[in-house]
Amino acid sequence: MSDLTRFTAAEIAAALADGSVTSVEVTRRHLDRIAAVEGDVRAFLHVDRHGALATAADVDRRRAAGEPLPELAGVPVAVKDVLTTVDLPTTCGSKMLEGWISPYDATVVSKLKAAGMPILGKTNMDEFAMGSSTEHSAYGPTRNPWDTTRIPGGSGGGSAAAVAAFEAPLAVGTDTGGSIRQPGAVTGTVGVKPTYGGVSRYGLVAMASSLDQAGPVARTVLDAALLHEVMGGHDPRDSTSLDMPVPPVVEAARRGDVSGLRIGVISELGGEGFQPGVRRCFEEGLEMLARAGAEIVEVSCPSFVHGIAAYYLVMPSEVSSNLAKFDAMRYGLRVAPEGVDDPSAEQVMAASRDAGFGDEVKRRIILGTYALSSGYYDAYYGSAQKVRTLIARDFEAAFEQVDVLASPTSPTVAWSLGEKLDDPLSMYAQDVATIPANLAGVPGISVPVGLSEGLPVGFQFLAPAMADDRLYNAGAALERLVTERDGRPFAAQAPELEVTR
Amino acid sequence: MSSPEISRDDVAHLANLARIELSDSELDRLGAELPAILEHVKVVQQVAGDDVPAMSHPVPVTNVFRPDEVTPGLTPEQALAAAPASEEQRFLVPKILGEE
Repeated sequence: MSDLTRFTAAEIAAALADGSVTSVEVTRRHLDRIAAVEGDVRAFLHVDRHGALATAADVDRRRAAGEPLPELAGVPVAVKDVLTTVDLPTTCGSKMLEGWISPYDATVVSKLKAAGMPILGKTNMDEFAMGSSTEHSAYGPTRNPWDTTRIPGGSGGGSAAAVAAFEAPLAVGTDTGGSIRQPGAVTGTVGVKPTYGGVSRYGLVAMASSLDQAGPVARTVLDAALLHEVMGGHDPRDSTSLDMPVPPVVEAARRGDVSGLRIGVISELGGEGFQPGVRRCFEEGLEMLARAGAEIVEVSCPSFVHGIAAYYLVMPSEVSSNLAKFDAMRYGLRVAPEGVDDPSAEQVMAASRDAGFGDEVKRRIILGTYALSSGYYDAYYGSAQKVRTLIARDFEAAFEQVDVLASPTSPTVAWSLGEKLDDPLSMYAQDVATIPANLAGVPGISVPVGLSEGLPVGFQFLAPAMADDRLYNAGAALERLVTERDGRPFAAQAPELEVTR
Repeated sequence: MSSPEISRDDVAHLANLARIELSDSELDRLGAELPAILEHVKVVQQVAGDDVPAMSHPVPVTNVFRPDEVTPGLTPEQALAAAPASEEQRFLVPKILGEE
């Protein structure tokens, strides 16, 4: 039997359906792979061997009984540790929630369970999803499977690394300013941020409620679409959830035809600050798409240059409000202040929040508290919200001219662990190309397009709200062109990890 | 509009508002970092005119209701399961009022 961990999710689903493998075999092989490479990669915070195998056995039993099953039934998946699960801890990469077990499942998790997908475990992340490198996890960094001295991106570095290292065929991520797409870019995987409201946020521990969106992480565009279809759809428990059908993403991923597609290259993204190797890969991607029949035009989105500034006011403001709930009273860490007899609730709260939150979380809470404070609100939060309007208008104008927009996903390839840890502004600048989509609520995908310095480079497509299918169509076309050029799937080019037996 | 200076004392005040007991070294570091970040983001003040409306949310939705149907909620045991302390089916918290 060939190595099941190298199969795509679609291939696993087909093998399960025709009876050539069982879900227990597939799941066990992935759990073994996790055991073999986790010492190097550290993508997981919790692995659920028992639960995953129990789900797999149940699916195998139902399949043997002739029960009709969802397409991905029996295909294992990893879940970012920011989505709540009743049977595993949900820590959000924070000491504040160490060991916390949620009393309810996130809607996305309920949907995975209803689809019969064994959950392998919960993946590492920057604390409360704040960061671009996964180094802000309170439980230590995840390493990039392409080079374990480098970052896997963030905040969803765990989900991306798990998929890149063949520990899981699929994973769930969340994207507030690029946390699915940028890890996808730097680990050579596919990551999609759906339209805001396209996937339920119920049970997604909020960082910035008006920006957060869960989405699929995979090694192929089709696999991402299959998972997107499972995760997406209206949820009455999320008042911001869109009451619309999931766009036809799977059909679009199977089509992958860019002939006649108008692709707008965003003038403001790709110049200064973007590494030459990243630009070269992106331009090669454009040339391949043009040869395949796409019409490439340049489009200006002048307000995008202010995206980072607006984002780093809107997001911390929402963070300071959302994270106020970690008050040490009902759940989470509670520590007593030192040297205080019979401390008050307020003193306990302040001591617990100091002990439970890491540096980046504190930085953003303080910044957001400032931006929202009386006297500064209009100048900072209010002005940032206006820039948000301008960015949304840029998208509207651009999508009158083109079907999709394109840019490099990230300005650089994966950098070395520790390199930017003491320089928050340099870390924030990494989000320049991904942030506009979150501010406007439109969907985006990152697809591997090539290598620079031996490290993966991501190509980003952006589409109008609820036109997520366009991302999958364009993404699948690019993926096919890249595979034809390279003579093998992109993920197969990753160097072998050292395996612990 | 220029960015107001933000001092170490301001950071201490903000930390108090945010209920985070920052150490001296954390106050020193944030006192240096925050002005640099604010310097970078204050550009938003020069970008949009008065005629541009603020956008708080990507999808304008209002008055979202779901059917008024009773569904099971958490049991007291479930709700209290993660509490740092509980007593008689209630959250047990430190004193709310000061000594005075």
